Parts: sequence; C-alpha cells; structure tokens
Amino acid sequence: MNAPERTLPRPLTHVGQAGDAPGGVGARMPLIDGVDKVTGNARYTADLPAQGALVGRLLRSPWAHAEIVSVDIADALGLPGVRAVITGEECDTPYGVIPIAQNEFPLARGRIRYIGEPLAAVAAVDEATADAAIALIRFEVRELPAYFEAADARKPDAVLLHDNKKGNIEREVHNEFGDTAAGFAAADLIREDVFECAEVHHAMMEPNAALAAWDAERGHLTLWSVTQVPYYVHESLSRCMNLDAAYIRVIKPFVGGGFGHRVETLNFEIICALLARAARGTVRLLQSREEAFLTHRGRPQTHIRMKLGLTREGRMTACEAEVVQRGGAYGGYGLVTILYSGALLNGLYDLPAVKYNGYRVYTNTPPCGAMRGHGTVNVRFAFESLLDSMAAELGLDAFAVRRRNLLAAPAETINGLKVMSYGLPECLDWVEEASGWRERAARLCDDGPIRRGIGIACSHFVSGSAKPVHFTGQPHATIALRVDFDAAITILTGASDIGQGSSTIISQVVAEVLGVAQRRLRLIATDSALTPKDNGSYSSRVTFMVGNAAADAAHNLKRVLVAAAAKRLGVSEGEVDWLGEAAAVVGDPAHQIGFHEIVEEALVDTGMLTVKGTFTCPIEFQGGKQRGGAVGSTMGFSYAAQAVQVAVDTELGTVTVEKVWAAIDCGFAINPMSVEGQVQGAVWMGMGQALSEETVYENGRHKAVSLLDYRVPTMAESPEIDVHIVESMDPNGPFGAKEASEGPLAGVMPAIAAAIEDATGRRIRQLPFTPDRVFDALNRKPRPGAVAPAATRRGEA
Amino acid sequence: MKELLTLTVNGRLREDAVAGNALLIDYLRDTLGLTGTKQGCDGGECGACTVLVDGEPRLACSTLAHGVAGRHIETIEGLSTAGNLSRLQRAFHEHLGAQCGFCTPGMIMAADALLRRNPQPSRDEIRAALAGNLCRCTGYVKILDSVEAAARCGDVAGVAA
Repeated sequence: MNAPERTLPRPLTHVGQAGDAPGGVGARMPLIDGVDKVTGNARYTADLPAQGALVGRLLRSPWAHAEIVSVDIADALGLPGVRAVITGEECDTPYGVIPIAQNEFPLARGRIRYIGEPLAAVAAVDEATADAAIALIRFEVRELPAYFEAADARKPDAVLLHDNKKGNIEREVHNEFGDTAAGFAAADLIREDVFECAEVHHAMMEPNAALAAWDAERGHLTLWSVTQVPYYVHESLSRCMNLDAAYIRVIKPFVGGGFGHRVETLNFEIICALLARAARGTVRLLQSREEAFLTHRGRPQTHIRMKLGLTREGRMTACEAEVVQRGGAYGGYGLVTILYSGALLNGLYDLPAVKYNGYRVYTNTPPCGAMRGHGTVNVRFAFESLLDSMAAELGLDAFAVRRRNLLAAPAETINGLKVMSYGLPECLDWVEEASGWRERAARLCDDGPIRRGIGIACSHFVSGSAKPVHFTGQPHATIALRVDFDAAITILTGASDIGQGSSTIISQVVAEVLGVAQRRLRLIATDSALTPKDNGSYSSRVTFMVGNAAADAAHNLKRVLVAAAAKRLGVSEGEVDWLGEAAAVVGDPAHQIGFHEIVEEALVDTGMLTVKGTFTCPIEFQGGKQRGGAVGSTMGFSYAAQAVQVAVDTELGTVTVEKVWAAIDCGFAINPMSVEGQVQGAVWMGMGQALSEETVYENGRHKAVSLLDYRVPTMAESPEIDVHIVESMDPNGPFGAKEASEGPLAGVMPAIAAAIEDATGRRIRQLPFTPDRVFDALNRKPRPGAVAPAATRRGEA
Repeated sequence: MKELLTLTVNGRLREDAVAGNALLIDYLRDTLGLTGTKQGCDGGECGACTVLVDGEPRLACSTLAHGVAGRHIETIEGLSTAGNLSRLQRAFHEHLGAQCGFCTPGMIMAADALLRRNPQPSRDEIRAALAGNLCRCTGYVKILDSVEAAARCGDVAGVAA
C-alpha cells in the first residue's frame, strides 16, 4: 500500500527578523518553550516563589494491610509552629479517575492497604517542625493478612481488600470475537507459552510537588501541581473538598515528564489543598523520589498465557490470551488497563479470532495505573515473541510472517475498532532495508563469549481514546484564539505540555492555517481561570484531538480576518488573496494591507475577538457494543516496526543493545524533529523495561525506591536509535497526523527477545532480561523445535 | 546556626548568612532564587543538580554550601551572556536535546565541563562523561547530537571563569 500523495499547502515563507522563520506544519521547529528550558528560566512546581509558605509533610503507612483502631494527633497539633494536622477524617469522599471505580481516599480512612499509603499530613512553619510533628502522630492499628502477589490475593480464603470485590478481583473481562475454536482447528501449528512481566515505574525526572493557596477570606483555592490532567484534578478537588468548582483554580506550570504517572489525580495534590484549607494559608508539599515510587501508578506485574494458531504459510488463525495483572491496592485506571490488554490484541494485524480472559487483582502494593503504551505493552511482548518463535519453527522469515497478516485500511477489527490509515507495510520495508536484515545475519560477528543477534517486532497505539472517561456531552477538545488591539494571536489551551511538545504542535497548526509567523503567536496553557477545559495529556490524544480543535479555531479566526480584509480593501471575500501576515486583492498584489490594518478593521464595533475551535470523535469511532468496548477505540492507530541488534555476553549474561532501527507511521509529522525525539524516547523506555527496570517488594516494602536501585538506562548503556517516519496521511488526523510517542514502545521488548534468541538460541519469556535470567536461559537445554542460534545457522550457510 | 558564606556565583561575589548544614542546592535555590538547578532525587542519583565548582561538575544536592566557600560556582543561569544562549544552550534548543527540560540544566552543565576539558569528544566519550546525568524523555540520542553540535561550534564556555 502506498501512502497517498501529500496535497497539503506548504508553510508560507516569511522573510524578516529572527523568529519570523516559517513554523507551520512539517517544520523541524524547536520547542516554543525550549529557550526557557535551556536557560533555567522554566519554572516547575517546586520552583514557584513560595515565600512564607508552610511546609507540608506526609506520614506514610509502615503497614501493608491493617484496620485503623485509633489516631492521636494531639501532641503533633500542640507542637509550636504546627498550623494543621489532618487525617482521613478530613475527607470522606473517595476519588479515582474512573467514575464507577472510585475507592481511594487522599488519606486512609478505616483501612490501610499498602506500605507507603498516606495516613496523615502536617503543615508547619519549617521542615524541622513538620518532621517533628509527623513523628508525634500515633496510629493504633490491627494488622490484617497482606497479599503481595496476585495469586495469593485470589486464594479462596484471602481477606478482601475491598468488601465489594469478591476474590480480590477488581475487574474480570471475558470475551471472544470471531470463532477461536474453528481458528485453532484450521491452524497447522499451535503453540502456547507463559510470559511474565515485572512491574515497572515511570521514573519521570521531576519528583511530585504541589503548591496550594487557600484564600480564607473568599473561600477560594489555587493549586499548582505537576499533573498531566489539570481538569481531572480540578474535579477531584471539588468533590473531595466539597467545594464548588467555581471557587477553585488549577494551574499546571512546567512539568518534568509524566509517562502516565500523572494522568489521574494523585493523593498528594488533594492532601496539599486540604492542608492549605486547614491551615488557612499557603502550603508547599514537595515529595521525595522515594515517594514517587510509593505513589507509583506504573505498569502492573503481568502474567500472560498466550496461545496462537498459524497456518503453514504463516497466516494467523486464532489467538487466546489469559492475562492477570497485579493491580495494587486501589482502582485507579485498573479496569481500563485490563480492558486495553484484550482490546489491543487487535488492530495491528488481521487477526480473525481472539478469545480473551483478563483479571485485574487487588494486592497490598502501591496502586498501578497507566504507563506509556497503556495496557498493550506486555501483551504485545507476549504476542510478538510467540509469533516470532512460531515463524522460526515453520521456517518463515520474521518479516514475511508479519507481511502475511497485514490489514488494509480502512478496516474494522473483529472487536469493532476502526483502522483508517495503516503504514505498517512501509515501516517493515524500511526497517528491513535499513537494518540490512538479509545480509546482517551473516555479517554479525561473534567475539569470544560475545554473541550478536538481531530481532524485529511491531506495535501500535491509539491516537486518543475516542470515548472520554467522563461523559459530559461537551466537545472532546476545545481551543480558543484571542486577538486584540496589539494584533498578537493568543492561543488559549488546556492541553498539558509535559515535555512531549504539545504546545509547539498546537502553535504549528495555528501558524499553518493562518499563515502567520510563529512570532505573532503566544500560547497560554493549563490555567483553569484562563484556558478552556482539556481532558488532559493521556492516551496520546493531544496532537490528534487538540490539533484538530486548533485547526478548527484557526480556520474560524481566518474567516473573520478575511472578511475584515475584504471590507478594508473594498472587495468581496472571494477577491482577497490571504498572505498570512498581510492580505491583497487577487490579481493586484500592490493593493495590500498589513496584519495590523486587518485586525483594526476586524475589531471595529466588536472589540476583542475570541474565536473557538472544537473537535469531537464521532460516535461510530467509539468502539464496539460489548461491555468495555470503548476501551481501545480511537480514530487513528499509530504503527511501528523496529529492528534491534544486541550483543550477549554469554559468560556474564549481560545484554547490550547496540543499535535500533525504528519506523513510525504517525500519519503526518507536524514536527519531524519532535516525532524523532518521541520515538527515540519510547524505544529507549522499552529498552529499560526489557533489560533492567523492575520494582521490587519484600513483604510489601518497596526496595527499589531510588534511581540507583530502580535501574533506568544511563547514557553509557544507551544505543543509537535511527528513526524513519512513514506518513500514511490519516483521513481524520490534523493534516493527516496521528500519535508518535506510545506506539513505538511495545515492540522493543519482543525485538530484543528475538535478538537474544538469534544470538544464543534461547528465548526468554520473563521481563526484564537481567543477567541472572539470561545466564539461566543459556544454561538450560533448548526446547525441541527451538530455532538454532545464529552462529550455527551461519556455519551452515 | 548561620555563618557568613563568601563565594562567587555566576561571576558575582556573594556574601550571605547561611546555615552550617545547608546544602549548596538549597542555598542556590532558596537563598539566591536560582531555581534552574533541579532536585530530581533524594541525593546523588540523577545528576539534575549538576553545577560547576571551579569549572568541575559537582552535585549541588550532595555538597555543603560552606564546603565551597571562596570558590567559583557556575549554574545554568550563568551560561547565557547579554541575552545570547551559550553554544550548548543553543544546540540543546535547536536539536531537541531538551524535552521536558528537567534534566537539562544539569545535563548542560556537565556537558559544559566536558567540552572545556575535551573540546572535541567522541560520542562514546560524551556517553561516559554524562552517564551520571539521567534523562527519561530523549533516549539520549538528541542529547548526544546536541553536545556534538555545540562542540562543532567551538567556544563553549558560557561566562568567563
């Protein structure tokens, strides 16, 4: 399938001062807030001026599972310099991102469910006083049996973490699409394997922080926080504080990454606001790195049993998967995660039948949540690994077996997901060519105990969930543009730029449609007092949805400005030649007016212009009719393929990724440099999950709560990652664009697993591929039918 | 108990009353308002607080303020001169070496120290020198590109020591 010819107008070129460079879509433009970041001027939450603010501190639970018998805060309250001490008594309204699964309190009430759960909080004049007060709070508890593994929590006699959830199952999903029995009957080869994936954490660089100012006279609250979802935070504050949303203002300053950690309201944000109200002042709550690990919300430990049927030619006939996720102590996004894991088995290949059984289990560990590639990453690891092994068993090439199962857009999957653009074939072609796949196997040289191998895999992700979490009947995205006497165009957006560059993308879209210079634009984001509501930066929705809303707003503004230009030029609108920064009469370029004149005319009688643009995913894109069918639905899937070259030290068991070739179908690259950066980051994060990242609990106590113990790859162990952009020109994305930053992650682990097998003849099905696991795998006997190591194959060639 | 601390920060001589147990990062951020220097961890894990002390990279979160009395401290705020970005700042901006930007000040300071002692480092030399500075956004590729681009431009030092 060839990508359709691009028929976009190219960005206009403006000549003039620095900053007048073209910055429309397709430009490799630096981030609009990049200068602030490289100069240190960018203010993150902990950097905000907070002279005189009280210091907030949390008391966290040392118990994994317990009933609270009594709490004594009298001594803490009596300490000079302490302004407030709050406990679970302060808030009796549960919160949680999914309206039907809200079962978490900002501070534990009645029951404690994991080590590290916030129990009480203090606001004091300084850190030493706050720490001293924390030490004076007394909790008396009755300990309960605690469960740190999903299997233990599911035992028949296990105490329930939440009384209404039998078997400690938060959500079970059972569905079948197509006829799996017939599919397996038609298969020439059926294999079933078990895959284990360790729990991983976002480890975004900025620790959690919040600043809350309570205006006691007016009864107003202002909260600054590190969130990816200021609107959800606003809603949660209103509910948990029993405070009209009109009396609340939420501001998101610069945010140092998120990757899903901050896509739901987090306890510390609500606690900081509660503290400020209790102390009748301003409270700054800075969290340690350890506390980020305890707040968690990462990708759950996942047990997967997967079965796949292939014909001799490599055509997929059926897939069956059982997935068990250790969800942690509270709901959070859990039910969405377990639904995603089933739904996104579809949408990458033409899969005729899928049976899925999913179990999300409550355990006495920090709550899991959404993490980059939400729900799809671990099942994709299992699927691609299984497919790869089976292809080898059938003597099929890894590219060939994938090409045999391609979709053709537009398509609808068996579970009702729509595929409107599909650049996976081109991704595969480039990766095969760039990696030198055909020649490389013979060329890779082993070096004593060092064995080299190469592997590939594919993955995909949604460009925004087509059905929002909260049903409001409102548009899925809204952007406002404001123009006043100064002729600057101010973009007002609620979309959260957390480093992924969404503000830059929005600016490029507006500049493109209006044809104006970037320098004329100013973007104000994520302040509920100024900017329109936005659902937040999750499910890679911003480029697609907010991008479309931005284009709509810019078109609406352009109509107003063209009408004004026509009036001033004394011609009809059809006779206006719109030049972006100016307008002329068609066929008479000398008869021209500048942008200020156009705006002056547009403001006559009306004054300041405020123009709006919106976007909503139509209902037909919002998923199948089955229960939970909205999860996985999207208007545009991104597609990725990647090849990975590894070196395995067979004496030490260490795996080094030497090179990655990644191709992404992002529809259209509004900013190619930004797409490359997102893909490289996603690939690299997948590599961390593949090789070293893993949370570690011992009797419920997290043992890897630092960036030394939780091993994210350093620069020294990070490879070159070549990125190729495939533009399939999605029919619904803004200028054809889809997401680029989550889809490329999930293919990394299976590609590395394939490369390790290529190098050593051993397939590893447990993440991460630590030296211990690799070493053990090297010393176990190969399974009958397993592929021969590359070295052997090369010897035969 | 506060004592008088005398040192040079970004070329300016300072005298401040600073507690004996104050860390350099807290002095820079809280006393001087130089919040470009970031705290990303609980001490010595991530490199986000890297500053230069007499031209050498140092973790401000693990350094006592009084321990650098009389020395020359450089932070990210001191790199641009007369409103112009330093070569490294410009390269990180133009080559997308910064995404969320939180690791960026420490990364740029560590890179600045590297280029002062090795003006034309290889990619592996950059990897080795910056391995103590974690980034979670970029996968490091565009950071390497940025440092290389700055090295090609030469003249990397921000303020004169």
